[in-house]
Amino acid sequence: MSQRLTVNGRPREVEASEDTPLLTVLRDELGLVGSRFGCGQGLCGACLVLLDGVAVPSCQTPLSQAAASAGVVTVEGLSEGGTPHPVQTALLEGQAAQCGFCISGIVVRAAALLATNPSPTGDEVAEALERNLCRCGVQRRIIDAVVAAGSAP
Amino acid sequence: MTSSAVATVPLHITGNPRLGTWLSVADGVVVVHVGKVELGQGILTALAQIVADALGLPVAALRMRAAHTADGPDEGLTAGSLSVLQAGPALRHVGAVVRTLTGGPAGDLTDYVARIAALDPATDLCEVAPAAAGPAVAVGLSEDRLDLPDKVLGRPRYLADLRPEGLLHGRVLRPAAPGASLVSLADLDLPGVQVVRDGSFVGVVGEREADVDVAIARLAAAATWSEGHELPDEDDLSAWLRAGPHDEIPVLDEDGPSAPGHVATYSKPFLVHASIAPSAGMARWTDDGLHVWSHSQGIHGLGLAVAAALGLEPDAVTVEHVENAGCYGHNAADDAAFDAVLLARAVPGRPVLSRWSRTDELTWGPLSSAMTATIGADLVDGRINGWSYDVWSLGHTARPGYSGAPGLLAGAHLADPVTLPPPTDPPPVAGGGTTRNAIPGYEVGPRHIAGHRRTNTPLRTSAMRALGAYLNVFAIESFMDELALAAGADPVDFRLAHLDDDRAAHVVRRAAELAGWGGTLPDDTGRGLGFARYKDKGAWCAVVAEVAVDHAVHVRRLTVVADIGLVVNPDGARNQLEGGATQATSWTTTERVRLDRRRITSDDWETYPILRFADAPLVEVELVEGDAPSLGAGEAAQGPTAAAIANAVHDALGVRVRDLPLTADAVVRAIEAAE
Repeated sequence: MSQRLTVNGRPREVEASEDTPLLTVLRDELGLVGSRFGCGQGLCGACLVLLDGVAVPSCQTPLSQAAASAGVVTVEGLSEGGTPHPVQTALLEGQAAQCGFCISGIVVRAAALLATNPSPTGDEVAEALERNLCRCGVQRRIIDAVVAAGSAP
Repeated sequence: MTSSAVATVPLHITGNPRLGTWLSVADGVVVVHVGKVELGQGILTALAQIVADALGLPVAALRMRAAHTADGPDEGLTAGSLSVLQAGPALRHVGAVVRTLTGGPAGDLTDYVARIAALDPATDLCEVAPAAAGPAVAVGLSEDRLDLPDKVLGRPRYLADLRPEGLLHGRVLRPAAPGASLVSLADLDLPGVQVVRDGSFVGVVGEREADVDVAIARLAAAATWSEGHELPDEDDLSAWLRAGPHDEIPVLDEDGPSAPGHVATYSKPFLVHASIAPSAGMARWTDDGLHVWSHSQGIHGLGLAVAAALGLEPDAVTVEHVENAGCYGHNAADDAAFDAVLLARAVPGRPVLSRWSRTDELTWGPLSSAMTATIGADLVDGRINGWSYDVWSLGHTARPGYSGAPGLLAGAHLADPVTLPPPTDPPPVAGGGTTRNAIPGYEVGPRHIAGHRRTNTPLRTSAMRALGAYLNVFAIESFMDELALAAGADPVDFRLAHLDDDRAAHVVRRAAELAGWGGTLPDDTGRGLGFARYKDKGAWCAVVAEVAVDHAVHVRRLTVVADIGLVVNPDGARNQLEGGATQATSWTTTERVRLDRRRITSDDWETYPILRFADAPLVEVELVEGDAPSLGAGEAAQGPTAAAIANAVHDALGVRVRDLPLTADAVVRAIEAAE
């Protein structure tokens, strides 16, 4: 079944049933592997995307819901045109990752936070990332980087 | 040839003596083939810095290629905090030989790279006298990680991102419980997939990931399994570990005390790696042999194990490393690779990418063993005079090839099974497992120290960051505080009085100083210290924890001081110590594998919670400056952090918690026991 949706500002059409998880569509049909599969249960945050500007786990978002939205933005879409999002720049400046598998979802959630709260405190960042998991123990560097991204001129 | 050149050749060069095994030139870039693998720890960046200086080239002129069994050195496992120690000297030797043969980096860079390209790849690195070391340019700098841009910008980088031509996706249905075998499987119409079955091994392959996911869920519902093994009582793991049967591991017997005046018992539960990505593997069978893509810590061992399990010639199997999420020891990477091999066997010529589920990752990957230890000591005039230590555990290695077995999970489920022997321990020369860091680093008089490895287990355990050192250091360092209290001494002074090692004393003193040791703290807040020299011959590390206790234990701040010798990449080393201490905080305050008598019940992120952002402590790291040989940083903080937290909880509440994790329940139980 053909479904139309907007991803990173571009209209796309995919052949997949409407209950296919958006994550699978992004990774396998659209070649956007930046959204990572971590748990498939919406509990780790590795697959977050923006759906109408709100960070949602794409593993728990059926294709039909994405098709009904105004648009999906993935981690790739945040640096489109070759300019990294300020969160990405700050994460690289702070070397705020180890294995990096969690970081796509963290970038997406932090970008959503900065869109509504441009200069968050460390506590606000930690609260926003409450449902993102990091196993390598880089949480403090990540919090500092997001705060720095918010403070950037 | 000179005999002195041969005498100084590093071990990894002796085993891999061809120049072409280590270096090639492609498109004007020097490609460095290393045997150590990127696990998220930044090792390829640190090694790039070393080899850049050795060659006299900038890091940007190099490309680090992932490990490959057919075209790269065999450097064994990437484990045990040994990568810089082992691979560093080898890369320095390669660079020094290249400078001998080419005359070094005089002239312009393009010309130098052309001279490197012209070298004979068959050159025997053992037969050329290495040139004297050039200046350190990159080493000592905090070079940015080479792998992070791809990761932060969401580019393809991980094994599950591979999309080769003709790719099929695969999934495997694991048994309903450890030891269970397949009784029946209903015949289902499963669109878009092919079922692969061999005994109790059941999997599917298909063109579309959505189809294999649906199919495996339907197969799970359609399968019936035998009951499987009985698992131990999760609330009485210590008794189960002590019940045996055991392999005995004598460590020291110096006529230690038989009836010591002070005795205490400590424990930790089973833990799981809990990597953010489930394990994955890819494989393709062709007429030329079997090619495997894996995030294994030891691709050569994996290749040999796959060959042994399937009766192939070892050189018929090629394994190359591809990164996946963080690896903290022997996780399910090797098992996932073997799953892919078994699935791909059914579809010759097609690459099959098999990925585990989150549930399987948390319940079927090798566990970190539950452990318990009893320590006794005598105090004479405020000094320790006599020490006894007994520790009980399951084994800490079940890596491919252990005990002569392939050690790949799915092997045990085949119709013609390749069984999994009980886990064992690495040898003492590799730091041991159960008894890693069982010897206290203090002057304690005559010592009795022994390990007891339970050999009969329904649960598979293997190496996880620090192995037995996590519990052993937690126990020893908690007990040091208990003895200090009994002696009426300050815990830092008490340790310093028993230390005869300047580098040890320095990190203890410095961590206390930086953390404001002795300064006042608010009510229900405490400070504690833990120290160890990892594996008795690795990094020295002291940690001071500051905790606040209300309904739970909150670790606010960790001060880490480590002496890892010459620091190749200071920010990278700090990142490893911060991460190690933070992960150890998660283990210590939160984590516990849950069991009923049939299966592991902690099978998602709600039933196996790990530390969340709001609970992550502030971590301050100081590295001791020096030019002694480099030592690994990744595992040094695990044990000291656990002990520092427990000692800080005692400082806050006056209650000693000896059983991990330090959850609210454990604190309440300890308070009740004390009353």
